[in-house]
Amino acid sequence: MSTKASRSAARLMLAPAVILLLGWMLVPLTLTLIFSFQRYLPLRGGFQGWVGFENYVRFVTSSAFWPSVQATVIIVGGVLLITVTLGILLALLLDQPMWGQGMVRILVIAPFFVMPTVSGLVWKNMFMDPNNGLLSHLWRAFGADPIIWLSDASMLSIILIVSWQWLPFATLILLTAIQSLDSEQLEAAEMDGAPVLSRFWHIILPHLSRAITIVILIQTIFLLAIFAEIFVTTQGSFGTRTLTYLIFQRVLESQNVGLGSAGGIYAVILANIFALFLMRIVGKNLDR
Amino acid sequence: MGQIVLEQVTKSFGDITVIPPLDLTIEDGEFTVFVGPSGCGKSTLLRLIAGLEDVSSGEIRIDGAPSANTPPAKRGLAMVFQSYALYPHMTVRKNIAFPLRMAGLDRAEQDRRVEQAAAVLNLTDYLDRRPGQLSGGQRQRVAIGRAIVREPAAFLFDEPLSNLDAALRVGMRLEISELHNRLKTTMIYVTHDQVEAMTMADKIVVLRAGHIEQVGSPLELYRAPRNLFVAGFIGSPKMNLIEGAEAAKHDATTIGIRPEHISISDENGLWSGVVGVSEHLGSDTFFHVHQTGLAESITVRADGEVGFKHGDRIHMTPRADMIHRFDDKGLRIA
Repeated sequence: MSTKASRSAARLMLAPAVILLLGWMLVPLTLTLIFSFQRYLPLRGGFQGWVGFENYVRFVTSSAFWPSVQATVIIVGGVLLITVTLGILLALLLDQPMWGQGMVRILVIAPFFVMPTVSGLVWKNMFMDPNNGLLSHLWRAFGADPIIWLSDASMLSIILIVSWQWLPFATLILLTAIQSLDSEQLEAAEMDGAPVLSRFWHIILPHLSRAITIVILIQTIFLLAIFAEIFVTTQGSFGTRTLTYLIFQRVLESQNVGLGSAGGIYAVILANIFALFLMRIVGKNLDR
Repeated sequence: MGQIVLEQVTKSFGDITVIPPLDLTIEDGEFTVFVGPSGCGKSTLLRLIAGLEDVSSGEIRIDGAPSANTPPAKRGLAMVFQSYALYPHMTVRKNIAFPLRMAGLDRAEQDRRVEQAAAVLNLTDYLDRRPGQLSGGQRQRVAIGRAIVREPAAFLFDEPLSNLDAALRVGMRLEISELHNRLKTTMIYVTHDQVEAMTMADKIVVLRAGHIEQVGSPLELYRAPRNLFVAGFIGSPKMNLIEGAEAAKHDATTIGIRPEHISISDENGLWSGVVGVSEHLGSDTFFHVHQTGLAESITVRADGEVGFKHGDRIHMTPRADMIHRFDDKGLRIA
């Protein structure tokens, strides 16, 4: 792409994609920004004048704000911890030669194809239901009182459901990373007198560090926005109201578009801070 | 100390036998080279000695101790891999110190031995770099350094020079030979390159399909190849093998004559033919001679300045005392 003609042709051909992408992102963002400075109540007369930063102040000073931030961080952190740890272990297992390897790998990936809403409902009704759920049957089989998951251990339940969904993703990325490890390195470590655990700690884990940072980065971005799993299970009660869910409630349950939009802008800023921070780490890791 | 004895060692993967029963003794301090075409089982044999593969049957004795079921780390052997297998996230210093760290040596002793190895291998200036920042030859030396610090009973080299360019390979060949002279430790070296085998070895083991075809010093193998396979494998360019009437004159099924043992002239000689390709190396010239009535092509070596051209008729005379005779089973006739 060096001649003038080919460069302008390239620009022309890129234009539709660029315009579409910009429109897709900029229009909603601008609308949210505009709404966030308005008092806009759709069921009570709609637009009721500009209010400056009032919505922003109200959103942050509301008693629900900080608990929702805390809930978001706990859910994201918990899911990351579970998926990365189990992902590494599962990837190590799946890397072992075994009968029916291809089939097993497909089965492991399967949860990723289940829609969030569906998996939330399946977990809620088939596993965590206090009367008929499989888990309560299991508890009763051992003579224990079943846990009422979604109200007594609401946070843990949400974390479990979301982890179950994201574990395949982590496993898949980490498995490909493990497969790219030169087997001669492991043999050399074995000759050097490193027992199994040392080989994992000194050779395999450093080799995986890049893949782990990528898993953390991508998952964090998606996990900050989880919604369906909460919507179909606890509806934000029992301390599971995340920032995303709070915004949803402000807009649709309180019918206060302005307030919700202000929250949306906060969420955008928060996600960007996270992303920048993570990009730094990944960048550092990728440079090596 | 580092005597390694293989007794009736076999190895099979499923139904495929890679190493049929095999006996071999490698004396302490010897530089032994396993050589053979690819797929002959030489690397497998080395991995059996290292303990990276289990023997299917038989016994391996290292300094007399039965070691066939000893884990690799306990055998006291160090290995240099074809890909070097350096740990990319560790500095050169940490790479070399890794076996010492695993052995639980204290920091001062680790540092002392690493410095010593680095000095021997000219790596002192590179100790704080990572393997990715080193050239191929330097990586090779780090891999050797990691082997040296353990002060092993024997070094195992698995085609260590095959990833280097030609000039570097010659240099590293010398360095490894030099290292062997200095350390006097047993070394086992696997290669498919007969030049490496000839130049470095005290003892060459020629392998084909897991069988030992011949064991001997480089010159023994050159002077008296035990069969046609060894005759064709050792020596560069390859020995000319001639069958038929000419061989019958010497009471043999096949006779062999090396390119360097044939004299050429433009007037008269025992055999004659037409020059095909000639390879000028400066010091030597190799002529590939066709239409001799003996074999498809006869290779002869001449002085670098000899000026036959493509299509010239040439006369050749083999040195009678340098003709190798082989019987109908391909074995040498003494």
